[in-house]
Amino acid sequence: MKKDRIAVAMSGGVDSSVAAALLKNQGYDVFGLMLRLWSEPGQDNNGQNRCCSPESVSRARQVAAILDIPFFVIDTRKEFHQDVVKFFIDKYSAGLTPNPCLECNRNIRWGHLMHKALSMGATHIATGHYARIIKNGRKWQLLRGYDNDKDQSYALSMLGQSELKRTLFPVGSYTKTKIRSLASDFALPVAQRQDSQDLCFLADKDYRRFMHDYAPQSLNPGPIMNSSGETLGEHKGLPLYTIGQRKGIGISASEPLYVLSKNQSDNTLIVDKLSKLGKKCLKAKKVNWISGNLTERKIRAEVQIRYTAKAEAAWIKPINDNEVEVEFDHQINDITPGQAAVFYQDSVCLGGGVID
Amino acid sequence: MDKHIYMDYAATTPVDPEVVAAMLPFFSNEYGNPSSIHRWGQRADYAITTAREEIAGILCCEADEIIFTSCGSESNNLALRGIALEARELNKGNHLIISAIEHPAILRTAQQLQKHYAFDVTILPVDQHGFISPKDLTNVIQPDTFLVSIMYANNEIGVIQPIAELAAITHEHNILFHSDAVQAAGQLSLDTEKLGVDLMSVSAHKFYGPKGVGLLYAKRNTLSHSHQTGGSQENGLRAGTQNVPLIVGMATALKIVSGRQSHDNSKMKVLRDKLIESVLDNISESILTGHRTCRLPNNASFAFEGIDGNELLMHLDLLNIAASSGSACKTGSPEPSNVLTALNLSPKLSLGSLRLSLGRDTKDSDIEYIQQVLPKVVNNMRGTL
Ligand SMILES: Cc1ncc(COP(=O)(O)O)c(C=O)c1O
Repeated sequence: MKKDRIAVAMSGGVDSSVAAALLKNQGYDVFGLMLRLWSEPGQDNNGQNRCCSPESVSRARQVAAILDIPFFVIDTRKEFHQDVVKFFIDKYSAGLTPNPCLECNRNIRWGHLMHKALSMGATHIATGHYARIIKNGRKWQLLRGYDNDKDQSYALSMLGQSELKRTLFPVGSYTKTKIRSLASDFALPVAQRQDSQDLCFLADKDYRRFMHDYAPQSLNPGPIMNSSGETLGEHKGLPLYTIGQRKGIGISASEPLYVLSKNQSDNTLIVDKLSKLGKKCLKAKKVNWISGNLTERKIRAEVQIRYTAKAEAAWIKPINDNEVEVEFDHQINDITPGQAAVFYQDSVCLGGGVID
Repeated sequence: MDKHIYMDYAATTPVDPEVVAAMLPFFSNEYGNPSSIHRWGQRADYAITTAREEIAGILCCEADEIIFTSCGSESNNLALRGIALEARELNKGNHLIISAIEHPAILRTAQQLQKHYAFDVTILPVDQHGFISPKDLTNVIQPDTFLVSIMYANNEIGVIQPIAELAAITHEHNILFHSDAVQAAGQLSLDTEKLGVDLMSVSAHKFYGPKGVGLLYAKRNTLSHSHQTGGSQENGLRAGTQNVPLIVGMATALKIVSGRQSHDNSKMKVLRDKLIESVLDNISESILTGHRTCRLPNNASFAFEGIDGNELLMHLDLLNIAASSGSACKTGSPEPSNVLTALNLSPKLSLGSLRLSLGRDTKDSDIEYIQQVLPKVVNNMRGTL
């Protein structure tokens, strides 16, 4: 019997290449898809998105040739610009710190790419993410990657049952070290390649420069104040600062000062000493529950507020259908509006929302 | 059993085993440099001289009118840039004419001559079938025109130009005529006398020879400037140690193909016509691009309304059919080619192009399989839009 057809989202990197190899080895009818994404022209990358540069395309095609699977590049520059880049600019302009990877996963990978894959006869898409999917009873669950250091479930917390049912994460049950060694076992020329980058569409790694170039109208100078309302200086535009930032605020004080919050309504940047930074509560909006079921009672969970943060113990209290309040056991620094708050019970990812 | 059908012979062909056999001795046994004095060199030189003579026989020209190059693109570059450099030096004119459906190797070379060297370039339009009209050519010739370059047969839509007629008009004005015969070679006559060309480009990999070798025919006393400088190989017109095995391979392939060409052509025409009819009959809103009869025996090219040509190629690849399109781009940015644009197709049609090109090994059952699956694929794609 012919096995299912699976579309692997390939980037030319080690993880997605090994993902394709593993599936091919299991006898699936595998083909590769690579997304061509928008990137800002000029700068040092010659207008090539760092994640899908001609070099990465030819690397991925090379891998596909070694595995003897069809491989295609699909042009999603317009969609990516609309759904991810514009979102990024709009949110920063509104004083938030957006996470474009989640948005890309939602609209591009599990939107456009999934759609293309299904139309080409695939039953599933597979990616090189470090996360796992299991079926528990009648529900699909998203688990952290087996390699905790590499876990990427945070950026996948917007997935739902209908996506998980059609998704495979072949590398999620391995360590990164093991994946690199599998890459060389499969003789794939990717074993030593760098991981792909966040903010792949920037010409450099400097989002502040990007905002200067693409949304100068969002950069209005205004006062810097401490939490007791004293004016300490002038900021260059709220989008240029992030919560918890210490360097580059531009005022000298006896004790180091940190960005506490950004007050969009009166264009004020609030800074203060480290001891004032922590908070115990946050509100999350646009909450996605992966199981598809809302919680009615408050639940115990661990909550992660950034891709790289540690998950902290907390109570999650539903406010309404898509908003919750999170109350941490301890004070948490750097709670940043616009980032995702992602909920876990042990290694099960329950879902998440956007920090208000 | 899985069927694998290669329908992209216009992109490239498999190397004939006889050609491989002819090349093999020249890699590790007869490895001399043809320019060397000793007997190793002498034997290598003998091999390429023989190849040159064999080819000259088929092209009905003199052996010293054949310049070996690394590919069809290089031959085109050498023709245009070499002739232009000479025109500049000897004040022979500043204007060249090409057609709107040339391969990028001509188009971009002409554009570079225009942009960086201040030559004037006229791009001749084509009619709905892709033909260049002799009258149009007459009209655009100027007193300072020094070169006309018009392809023999088109790579995307297979249309064959009236080369002899166009060359004759060009000669009436004492202007040189070049033709890109890369697609024609292997299927049409390369008799340079009958065609009346002064320069002509050919590439081996389109007629079951190896990739990476081509030739430029240049009539005596037409070309004196090279675009690649260095040693004095190829009469000083193309520097670089000759690729002996590949040159031998090209000559062998050309000999074989000229022997079986008419037989292969009639076989391919039957299959091609069967394919064309069935596609036009069974797929709505489809057109044949190029001319119905005046086309390469191996070329069947279409446009389907409302279809993304690149995506169609993906679906066909998944069905183990290798094809090509005029918006071909493996990096995923579909734009209609200059050829389809020149035909004045609506944008809706020009993004939905498909080129199926046959070869000497194409079988009746291959065509039947395509007849069976292509309408389904196109209808499915239209259904999901
Ligand atoms: C009409 C035409 N000219 C030139 C070329 C370039 O030949 P080559 O691939 O040998 O450089 C091609 C090949 O695609 C062609 O079809």
